[in-house]
Amino acid sequence: MQRFSAFSLLSQGLSGHAGWRRQWRAAAPKAQYDVIVVGGGGHGLATAYYLARNHGLTNVAVLERGWLGGGNVARNTTIVRSNYLWDESAALYEHALKLWEGLSQDLNYNVMLSQRGVLNLAHSLQEVRDSRRRVYANQLNGVDAEWLDAEGVKDFCPLLNTDPSLRYPVLGATLQRRAGTARHDAVAWGFARAADARGVDIIENCEVTGFDIVNGAVVGVQTTRGAIRAPKVAIVVAGHGSVMAEKAGFRLPLESHPLQALVSEPIKPVLDCVVMSNAVHVYVSQSDKGELVIGAGIDAFNSYAQRGSLPVITGQMGALVALFPVFSRLKMMRNWGGIVDVCPDASPIIGKTPIRGFYFNGGWGTGGFKATPGSGHVFAHTIARDEPHPLAAPFTLDRFTSGALVDEHGAAAVAH
Amino acid sequence: MLLIECPYCGPRDECEFHAGGEAHIARPEKPAEMSDADWANYLFMRKNTKGWYAERWVHSAGCRRWFNVERHTVTHEIRRVYQMGDPPSDDGDVT
Repeated sequence: MQRFSAFSLLSQGLSGHAGWRRQWRAAAPKAQYDVIVVGGGGHGLATAYYLARNHGLTNVAVLERGWLGGGNVARNTTIVRSNYLWDESAALYEHALKLWEGLSQDLNYNVMLSQRGVLNLAHSLQEVRDSRRRVYANQLNGVDAEWLDAEGVKDFCPLLNTDPSLRYPVLGATLQRRAGTARHDAVAWGFARAADARGVDIIENCEVTGFDIVNGAVVGVQTTRGAIRAPKVAIVVAGHGSVMAEKAGFRLPLESHPLQALVSEPIKPVLDCVVMSNAVHVYVSQSDKGELVIGAGIDAFNSYAQRGSLPVITGQMGALVALFPVFSRLKMMRNWGGIVDVCPDASPIIGKTPIRGFYFNGGWGTGGFKATPGSGHVFAHTIARDEPHPLAAPFTLDRFTSGALVDEHGAAAVAH
Repeated sequence: MLLIECPYCGPRDECEFHAGGEAHIARPEKPAEMSDADWANYLFMRKNTKGWYAERWVHSAGCRRWFNVERHTVTHEIRRVYQMGDPPSDDGDVT
């Protein structure tokens, strides 16, 4: 791997940047691997990276139907935080946030983690109580969290409209200072480059069309680039979990929905934190390019179309303008949708499946990006040892049979 | 944006409706005899089809009645609207 450093930047700059090599090989599929990871998104690439880095498994292929950075890893609003209510979720997302904090050094790739602070606004007395409860729960779990009253919110984010006459006034907010944003496609590229450097084959334009299962154990996959054998196959897909499971012959408790986001025209720096509101439902941050990045909730109907309906966008823009009247004349430049698999309890599924050697990591709903390194880390452990990582153990598929759900609907600081 | 033809009110904007998820999930007739796996299957597991999908909608800002829709989950095209209790299409490509 060609390492990045101040010296390499300087020397390449002096030689006209002619010496940069491609960051990962265009690998062709081999006949056999130890592990096949299906899905070259952030979580899939992170899984492959940690398989190689932590478990010495380097005969690994990542199969991606499209191109790297073409799916949800590049279709999100880049927010990273760990202020989840329940112990199981807080542990998992805090694990991820700690990995985020060292990720640029670990990958030798700047993922531009910006710990600018995330505000989760409260607009009603009940929401104030729920938010403070979440702050206390976070603190007990070692997750940094603070409660700000309306005046404190105004101090932290002066642009925000805290006028008490608002239809849904801002009564306060929780603040996680270590939360923030990261450069989404750098995460995909950084993991791909680092995994490739350890010997992982990243195979783009290779769609999985079926699975070879013998006596209840997986032995390989069928793809548009031929059959590939492997004793372990790991599905890491954001929007096609049910489609993959159906090919393998089991069912999942998932429903796929579009999640839309949009960006404004670029403007001078005005917003130096992330603001999220559950009640009026919008979240916004400003990118390094100056665009406002705006998201909200899913479209309610099932879809695989990577586009949603206008009323969802209209609603979130209404909420944005109420909270930030100064944005009312901004033009919106682009709007897109990603398909998210949502679980009944708004928590992911990580672990084994009814088929031996067949692992599943998905159902992250609207919040997968923030978990990327943590998800890959615990899933790699689960695959390598054939038993759940302790942090992943509460998130098995079995919980829908046992009833031990991790119900983060509404509890996880935003509605899902 | 969807234009949904309510079987009772005619074509209306999507905003008037709420999506109700997969259609034709029969409530168990003998709940006392169900295993935990049966309950998981009934309560949580979904077809979540990519393609033609039979689903329920309710005209919540109109007549407030439930009905079924066959909609394609990639193109969003609606090709059939029918009343609750009517059977799904049996041409093989609706799940």
